[in-house]
Amino acid sequence: MAEFTLPKNSKIKKGKKVNAADGAKRTKTFKVYRYDPDLKNEKGEPENPRLDEYTIDLDKCGPMVLDALIHIKNDVDSTLTFRRSCREGICGSCAMNIDGRNTLACTKAIGEVSGAVKITPLPHMPVVKDLVPDLNHVYAQYAAIEPWMKTDSAPPTKERLQSADDANLLNGEDGHGPAGCILCFCCSTSCPSYWWNAERFMGPAILLQAYRWIVDSRDEATGERLDQLEDPFRLYRCHTIMNCTNACPKGLNPAKAIAEIKKLMVARK
Amino acid sequence: MGCPKKQKIESDLAKAKGLGSAHHGAEHWMAQRVTAIANIPLVIWFVYSVMAMKGASHAEFTAYMAEPYNAFAAILLIISVFYHAVLGAQVVVEDYISCKCFKMMKLIGMKLFFTALAVACIFSILKIAL
Repeated sequence: MAEFTLPKNSKIKKGKKVNAADGAKRTKTFKVYRYDPDLKNEKGEPENPRLDEYTIDLDKCGPMVLDALIHIKNDVDSTLTFRRSCREGICGSCAMNIDGRNTLACTKAIGEVSGAVKITPLPHMPVVKDLVPDLNHVYAQYAAIEPWMKTDSAPPTKERLQSADDANLLNGEDGHGPAGCILCFCCSTSCPSYWWNAERFMGPAILLQAYRWIVDSRDEATGERLDQLEDPFRLYRCHTIMNCTNACPKGLNPAKAIAEIKKLMVARK
Repeated sequence: MGCPKKQKIESDLAKAKGLGSAHHGAEHWMAQRVTAIANIPLVIWFVYSVMAMKGASHAEFTAYMAEPYNAFAAILLIISVFYHAVLGAQVVVEDYISCKCFKMMKLIGMKLFFTALAVACIFSILKIAL
């Protein structure tokens, strides 16, 4: 059955409070999800996750939530673990749930959050440590849709041509087409259907990517790709909840891409 | 309810691919939308009929139902509504029940139950109308 409450060993306990803002003019409290599989209780089982509170001096860090996390790791608590790389919203590493929404820590301004900033890992994923979710399954699902160009005709001697309209299908007329996806998985992990059926439902991120290859005018495996997706679970677990589009930090529209795939399924009947 | 959990060592890709694509689902999706649209006029007729029959005697009701147009609309309503219900309930079961054996039992039982109900309804309408 679908699980509506957290399993016993995932229930979040109260953590420590750290005040690192003595004499600060501007302060902010960050409540950060902490889980360390190496911390064991007296029975030898991993300790439950906890929510640590850090109050920091905002004048000692940059304006984004990622800046605050880096400040905490550098100057307050070096045990805090999270992924980050580009700090400009293009690598998708620092996807996490901030103030109740999945987003990128590097493009989320601290000032956008009123009160304490609650930070937890992407929802409904196994947690490796602190804010680091285990993404092996979504990556495997990505590999399963074979995200590369497939052609049968002989390779051309120069580049494969596309019309401006063809390119718009990938890039979007407004620049928010499926090619803008950075695979941060904010969308998939905000989708209740993906929470309940992640084993078989591809989820919005992967379906957006699948659509990106389906509409690529240079690709010659469109039918094969649709064949692989036509499945009650892989595609049709999407019930147009639209959390994906709401969550996307890049302003893309996975829900629309999924609807387009469903239309193509009917069009080829 | 739960299926017994067995230990299985497989690659992430094998797990993601699972048993492969079922190559169906589009008809189910389309039928759900078509019956939803068909339900709109049929349910309007049904609500109108229930309101029109307020306080009617059994004889008045059977006379109303025996009129060909009404019997025709009632049978269409039963077919469309029950077909839509089966499709919808199947989606709910697939969404929330992960245990394979319980899911299969539930899906088969549900379909038989809805079919039986629809046949009973149509039989009743025909009995009044013919």
